[in-house]
Amino acid sequence: MTGEQLFLQQLLNGLTIGAVYALIALGYTMVYGIIQLVNFAHGEIFMIGAYFGLSLFACFAAQAGAAISIGVLALGLIVAAAGSALLGFCIDRSAYRPLRKAPKLSALITAIGVSFVLQNTVMLIYGAQDRYVPSLAAAGSMDWMGVHWTAMQGLIFAVSLFLMIGLQWVVYRTPLGRSMRAVAQDPLAAQLMGISVDRVIAITFLIGSGLAGVGGVLFGVYYSTINFHDGYLTGLKAFTAAVLGGIGNIPGAMVGGLLLGLLEGLGAGYLSSQWKNVIAFGVLVLVLLIRPRGLLGERVGDRA
Amino acid sequence: MPDESLLDLKAVTKRFGGVTALSSVSFEVSKGKIVSVIGPNGAGKTTLFNCISGVLRPEEGQIGFGLKKTRDSLVGCAPHEIARMGIARTFQNIRLFGQQTVLENILTGTYVRTEAGLLDAVWPWTRRAHQESHWAMDKAMRLMERLEIDALADRPAKALSYGQQRRVELARALASDPEMLLLDEPAAGLTVHERQALMDFLRALRQEGLTILLIEHDMKVVMPVSDWVVVLDHGAKIAEGTPDAVQRHPQVIEAYLGVAAL
Amino acid sequence: MKKQRRDWMPWTFLILAVLPFFPFNSYQIDVMANAALYALLALGLNVIVGFAGLLHLGYAAFFAIGAYACAFLNLNLGYPFWICLPVSAAVAGAAAVLLGLPVIRVRGDYLAIVTLGFGEIVRIVVTNLEPWTGGPNGLMGIGHPMIGRFNFGVDSRPYYWLLTALLALTAWICSRLRRSRIGLAWAAMKEDELAAGCLGMDTTRLKLMALGVGGAVAGMAGSVFAAKQGTVTPDSFDFIVSVMILSMVILGGLGSVRGAIVGAVILSITPELLREFAVYRMLIFGLLMIVLMRVRPQGLFGASSLKRVLHAR
Repeated sequence: MTGEQLFLQQLLNGLTIGAVYALIALGYTMVYGIIQLVNFAHGEIFMIGAYFGLSLFACFAAQAGAAISIGVLALGLIVAAAGSALLGFCIDRSAYRPLRKAPKLSALITAIGVSFVLQNTVMLIYGAQDRYVPSLAAAGSMDWMGVHWTAMQGLIFAVSLFLMIGLQWVVYRTPLGRSMRAVAQDPLAAQLMGISVDRVIAITFLIGSGLAGVGGVLFGVYYSTINFHDGYLTGLKAFTAAVLGGIGNIPGAMVGGLLLGLLEGLGAGYLSSQWKNVIAFGVLVLVLLIRPRGLLGERVGDRA
Repeated sequence: MPDESLLDLKAVTKRFGGVTALSSVSFEVSKGKIVSVIGPNGAGKTTLFNCISGVLRPEEGQIGFGLKKTRDSLVGCAPHEIARMGIARTFQNIRLFGQQTVLENILTGTYVRTEAGLLDAVWPWTRRAHQESHWAMDKAMRLMERLEIDALADRPAKALSYGQQRRVELARALASDPEMLLLDEPAAGLTVHERQALMDFLRALRQEGLTILLIEHDMKVVMPVSDWVVVLDHGAKIAEGTPDAVQRHPQVIEAYLGVAAL
Repeated sequence: MKKQRRDWMPWTFLILAVLPFFPFNSYQIDVMANAALYALLALGLNVIVGFAGLLHLGYAAFFAIGAYACAFLNLNLGYPFWICLPVSAAVAGAAAVLLGLPVIRVRGDYLAIVTLGFGEIVRIVVTNLEPWTGGPNGLMGIGHPMIGRFNFGVDSRPYYWLLTALLALTAWICSRLRRSRIGLAWAAMKEDELAAGCLGMDTTRLKLMALGVGGAVAGMAGSVFAAKQGTVTPDSFDFIVSVMILSMVILGGLGSVRGAIVGAVILSITPELLREFAVYRMLIFGLLMIVLMRVRPQGLFGASSLKRVLHAR
């Protein structure tokens, strides 16, 4: 492999995982934009999405280890999206909503608690070991420009692009999106204008968690394994992506996700994969230091 | 004014994005006087205070503090550095430490006048820390008596009435032995009786040589106590002078009193 | 001034000191020594989170730095434990200040995530710097402490006493700190940073002080841990350890010295009592955090001022 090929290959691999980060980052950024909470449990919702998919695939796979058809994968994505959305909704309703007026710190600590509960519940149900996720049947791959392209990568790009465009449309072109933006700007004023703030927050959790669920299934199928620990690290990276793009900013989360994936892919190719995880945290620290509002974020004033 | 100026603003300008909150505001505050800044809502009064106390940094202009020989520039200094130079302030929407008691709140005011560090807290046998904490305690006690809040010493600040909170905040600012006091609407929300007490108190402070810069809405407070009045409107100074002169100024009547007369 | 709240100290520590004379088996003594270690860590984190209000999610990193510093000094330079102890504390304190410098201006929830990131970076670095840290296998053969000819050895009893002594010292220092000029400034800054700044408090400096003190306490705990175990490995300093220590501080009540100790004792001994439910341990931690924030956010011994306010109205 020539240097150029290695570069392109890492670029492609990085962008693929970056698309997944972007899907998860959207949930962080939407929730933060609306209630200024770092939803620490969001990474777990992503991970549980993967397990939802896994359970569904288990029903369809003729024997363990068999591949799944594209139809089953699509069904898995839908089930995971629905399941994760519902889970996110329930978490907000039962854990965060009672603390809406409490100090931010209480909500953040609660979120850490929720994250622990979800992680360990999954561990108790599915076990602590890596679980094998069936791969896509008849998924071809091709070599072009000396780079190995797989159909799964194409699928990840297609699905995430579709969802991101859809979300963009919802937020900027529909009445629902308008209420969401209104609540993000000034919840009190929005309420006075007759917008049900609680409903908008609930919908935000539904959408954000659903996207994370889809990301989970894609992640699982792409890497062929899933573990109850995966949510924590991937979630943190997605959060980094959201901060990188400018937290609270939806296009920012997409750009941040892709960029972080890229940096990580190149870092893994040229440094060593052990240091891969340091890259994400290093980026996080650097962004917060140099440009805390992120790449696309607006200046955030002191909300007194 | 022939007196020596303590605070000197020269062409101070502050913008927020496209909005100019202060445009080229200049005036002086003489030592030992009470100067009031008045103006309608949104005139830029609190922004002015934030620029002086270092909470905001003006884009242009100079702010000098101190007597001629030892004048420091305040622009670019952090709030804590400015507090150290001898400027204390209160806030329009009272910012007490609600969880802490009245006494503790006032003790935090003595922070700039004391020096005990980490080691003094750990090493209990240094005389300095001991004397210092006695001095601070004494100071807080005297201020509480003077402002008639000594009975509330152990109450958390949150639990006090509005008027009481204003007095605690004033005591906290005074506990730092400032050369100059910035008061942001100290009479807001006070009863008639409390208001009269405040005016008497401000006059007494001036007698003791303290310089006061006051933002106030209520003309019944401003006019009797002020030596000098500065009028802001839409971020610009439209007039300054003695209370009597300002009251007769046509532009002021139009911009401010005219509105009030409606 | 707040009432003297230190009268509990002499009695408590006296009782703790004589505990090992009762017929406990060596496993039980070991559990007690561990509880004391966690109590020490909880006191240190309490300075950062409870006193200064900085939500720190990477505290285990300072514990790790202390432990590795002690191991390194002992194995490579042959220093005895009693020199390693203060040096490790100083190294961890300095590391806490240095890692704090760049991020101290970041506020609230961002700070929480950045400190978490730093915690992970420290762990990854330790795992990958094989020549100095032994990589994932860690360092082995760290010398036990000696007093004259007496070697602490592998029995937990002497470590228990050592930890209890350090705990007593730290608790005494913490309660003095809280009522000192600096402690008052921390409390003010925690509530309203802007107002604190306008009162002449250099909040950056104050925050770094809190990090330094907290880091030093963790370093001290780390070096005792290293000397007691004889080995250090990176997995002892997982994110979960940071969260566990945080849970202890929160359970006890942010800012309360007594609370941090009681919280640590409860949360380190309960799992041992419920050994058959060991798999549920982290689940219980999570649930506890959620329930506490809902029902009693001020913890067991948290600022009673919340209650006082309710009664005053």
